[in-house]
Amino acid sequence: MLAWTIYISFAGALVLALMPKGNAALARVIALVVAVAGFAIAIAGFAAGAGQGRVTIIDVPWVPMMGIHYTLAADGISRVLVLLTGLAAVAGVLFSWNINLRTNEFFAFFLALIGGVYGVFLSFDLFLLFVFYEIAIVPKYFLIAIWGSTRREYAAMKLALYSFVGSAMVLVVLLASYATAGSHSTGLVSLANANLPVSFQMWAFPVAFVGFGILAGLWPFHTWAPTGHVAAPTAASMLLAGVVMKLGAYGCLRVAIGLFPHGLDPWGWSFWGIGSWRDVFALLAVIGIIYGALVALAQTDFKFVIGYSSVSHMGFVLLGLVTLTQVGVDGAVLQMFSHGVIAGLLFAIVGRIVYERTHTRQLSELEGMYLGRRLPFAAWAFVIAGVASMGLPGFSGFVAELQVLMGAWIAKPWWTAASGVGIVIGVAYTWRALQMAFFTDRLPRPDEHPKEGWPKFDPITWPEITATCLLFAATLIVGIYPSILLNSIEPAVKALLAGGMQ
Amino acid sequence: MNYADLFRVTLPETALDITALLVLIVDLGFLRKAALQTRIMAAVLIGVFGCGGALIAMPYQVDGGLAYPGSTDLLLSAGGYTAVSQVGILVLTVLTLFLLIGSDFTKHVGEFVAVVLMAATGGLLISAAQDLLVIFVGLELLSLGLYILTAFAKRSAKSAESAMKYYLFGGMSAAFLLFGFSYLYGLTGSTNLHEIMLGFYGPTVLGSTPLAYVALVMIAAGLGFKVAAVPFHLWAPDTYEGAPAPAAAFIASVSKVASFALLIGIGTAAAHVFNQMGHTGIIVESRGHTTNWIGFGGPWSTILAIIAVASMVFGNLAALAQDSVRRLLAYSAIAHAGYILIALAYYSGTNVSANAILYYILTYGLTTIAAFGAVSLVERIHGSDRMDAFLGLYKRNGLLAGVLLVLFLSLAGIPPLVGFWAKFNLFATILQVNHGTVPLVLVALAVAMSAVSLYYYLQVLKRVFVMPPADEAPVKGSPLTMGVLALITLAVVVLGCLPGLMQSWMAGFYAGM
Repeated sequence: MLAWTIYISFAGALVLALMPKGNAALARVIALVVAVAGFAIAIAGFAAGAGQGRVTIIDVPWVPMMGIHYTLAADGISRVLVLLTGLAAVAGVLFSWNINLRTNEFFAFFLALIGGVYGVFLSFDLFLLFVFYEIAIVPKYFLIAIWGSTRREYAAMKLALYSFVGSAMVLVVLLASYATAGSHSTGLVSLANANLPVSFQMWAFPVAFVGFGILAGLWPFHTWAPTGHVAAPTAASMLLAGVVMKLGAYGCLRVAIGLFPHGLDPWGWSFWGIGSWRDVFALLAVIGIIYGALVALAQTDFKFVIGYSSVSHMGFVLLGLVTLTQVGVDGAVLQMFSHGVIAGLLFAIVGRIVYERTHTRQLSELEGMYLGRRLPFAAWAFVIAGVASMGLPGFSGFVAELQVLMGAWIAKPWWTAASGVGIVIGVAYTWRALQMAFFTDRLPRPDEHPKEGWPKFDPITWPEITATCLLFAATLIVGIYPSILLNSIEPAVKALLAGGMQ
Repeated sequence: MNYADLFRVTLPETALDITALLVLIVDLGFLRKAALQTRIMAAVLIGVFGCGGALIAMPYQVDGGLAYPGSTDLLLSAGGYTAVSQVGILVLTVLTLFLLIGSDFTKHVGEFVAVVLMAATGGLLISAAQDLLVIFVGLELLSLGLYILTAFAKRSAKSAESAMKYYLFGGMSAAFLLFGFSYLYGLTGSTNLHEIMLGFYGPTVLGSTPLAYVALVMIAAGLGFKVAAVPFHLWAPDTYEGAPAPAAAFIASVSKVASFALLIGIGTAAAHVFNQMGHTGIIVESRGHTTNWIGFGGPWSTILAIIAVASMVFGNLAALAQDSVRRLLAYSAIAHAGYILIALAYYSGTNVSANAILYYILTYGLTTIAAFGAVSLVERIHGSDRMDAFLGLYKRNGLLAGVLLVLFLSLAGIPPLVGFWAKFNLFATILQVNHGTVPLVLVALAVAMSAVSLYYYLQVLKRVFVMPPADEAPVKGSPLTMGVLALITLAVVVLGCLPGLMQSWMAGFYAGM
């Protein structure tokens, strides 16, 4: 059933691409219907899959001569991420309700991207996974280059090239492991059971991890992320932060760690306490957490604050993955979901609710606009999203990051100590942005008062309210009752860490 | 052996040549007064029927090819990779002919089509040739046709200039090739590929290895010119830019397919040195060097690997700086030739290897023909193929913009389009038959370089989709041309989604072998 998320998304994209131009209202409705249908299927699939392990959806030979199968399957991790994708898609369409430029093309690219993302999360054949992974690159380029803002062509090209370089690394690993395994198959399960030599895994693991990690915002390959997020139209930055970065993290987990577990083994020698690829990537993740937070603290552009906070929060995901502990990887997967929802929310508030009305994102200019009084909805939404992002108990971010830190403590305590600093800085930059944008206490000077009173902003529209509430609900439900997701994440992570994907 | 046998062995070639004469007769004899587009339609139709006739005639070729009287030496092979590439050549020729429709660069339509068909005959010959003399004659037949086609736009100075460059480079490289061939003959005493390969293990060659390497380098220069590999590529950008669109498409597709088929033929002969013609043998290593440097295959693959790396790197980097879309396609063609040359350097002689190469070059030819078709439509409006001529194309012709999107992404190797599958298949085959660090590093370099290539393909697509149009003049193509372009685009998508289709079709040709 879950496979239909892919098909209806691509079908929707095709219909929108071919429909006559000019009928923006119809295009929006079609996109919403498709996104909601995908979300509904994702929920139904999640509910139906509760308590089950990996369920194969379809498995047919695709290229018999090369032993490549069209294998779609879902385990607990996939189901959670598919759910996130559905949620992000619906919210993205709702927050793009005001797109009037080439509307049908916008939603066509949007749905093609969503279809590719669904496909990655459901593929259990490495070749197929790679195909979907690359399908997701091209729509991102056009979404940003056509509908973006600040330096959009530069940002779009940068993002496309970073993604493509990352996927080129993955392709090399895919080709090499196909040839080395000699099992005449690219199925994830059969590759995991192919007993790839340790020497091979030792180089394949870092190449694959970096290749996917580029898309997950792995420091120092993260620089596409802030520029890309800032330039992208709201819905695209929601998707970028919400699901596309998760593609990278998911690939790190499913492919790099799942197929090449021995790549994480100790080298047998160590340099300054770094004795394996695991230490290397943990160090990079910790640097990413702290660096992203520090840079976010210094930004003058509201959206860049959120952009760098994404790098910081994705650092937790990557750190959780390399802890290789049950609780740490659980936390990483939960953090993928949580950050997907919260980052989507933050980008929506900054990019859609605030920017579309104030036409500036400079914190110094927003400071003089008294948005706390004039846009109370935005202010309160940002307060809630901000505290969720800081990791206040009761929201999903808390459960997720706590588990990551616990896992890191088990692995190496200093990882936890260092990333704890990142959380503190996280509070600081969120607070700073919140105060400067909404709750400044600087009083307007007399000459700043407009003669006819402050101009009214456009009222908040129903799509904005609906989508905001949807995302709030998601982060709250998961924050208060995390087992709803953890129950399906835990067994899947256990199976994956146990070696192989049997 | 008599002329009747010769005729039966070369049935497809004969069909093409008869058609070429027919086109001339019809065009010059009956349609002198008719409108240009009518003459084009008539000539194209006859040409298409000729290619169809050649396709039908293919299965009736005498099996086993043509031999000298009283010897078992093979002159022309049939079936297997030869059959696949010959079918490919004929199909791609048909598609190039369709590009002629609606163009007005020449009044001599009959001659154009006739020369195309005769050049295709040369292509058919070299993809089957197993003898140095046949190879040379076939190559010259193909090349001379291409020089003429390049110069066909008589009113364009660029066309004349590029044809001149092409001709001078071509003449030079033909001289190199012939010189290399003469050394080979001198060293091994035969013009037959298989005997030459065997001769490489003989005392004459082993005793004078430097001479053999000189011969191989010269041959590589001659054939490298045909496939536009660095450093023998200098003609390509100018020719792609100056030649009339159908001629450029023909050079980029049919000529490439034939030349790579020839390289496959040489590789196959080298790989099967002992099991052709009933010879059996083992190599006794007595002098302590690695077998890699004994025989034809070792040095040959080293030369090819060097050329391949140079082509991939230079082609992709030079393409970054281009402003003319045709020159961009030329440099990208150099890069694509580089990818294929890696596969040829590590060619195993198996059907799988041959098919991976043919799959790549056939689908590349298909894509590039349509790309030239699309570029020529834009050119007709603007008189230029500069990047800026493509500004805002999505508004001026949505279908054409969609066609360009699919074709260029396929060339960049984005799934699920056929270009991606061709690359994957090619690289996977290289790694499957060669376990070692060097092939892996070369493949990694190729993959990295194709990441570079995305940049310049996106530069074109950016102008097509992202930037606003400079002028809103709609770009129109005749329904037939648009139909052909749309059909090729559809094929690029379908073959990419269902790669098994063409693979099993190609495998069918090896059934009897």
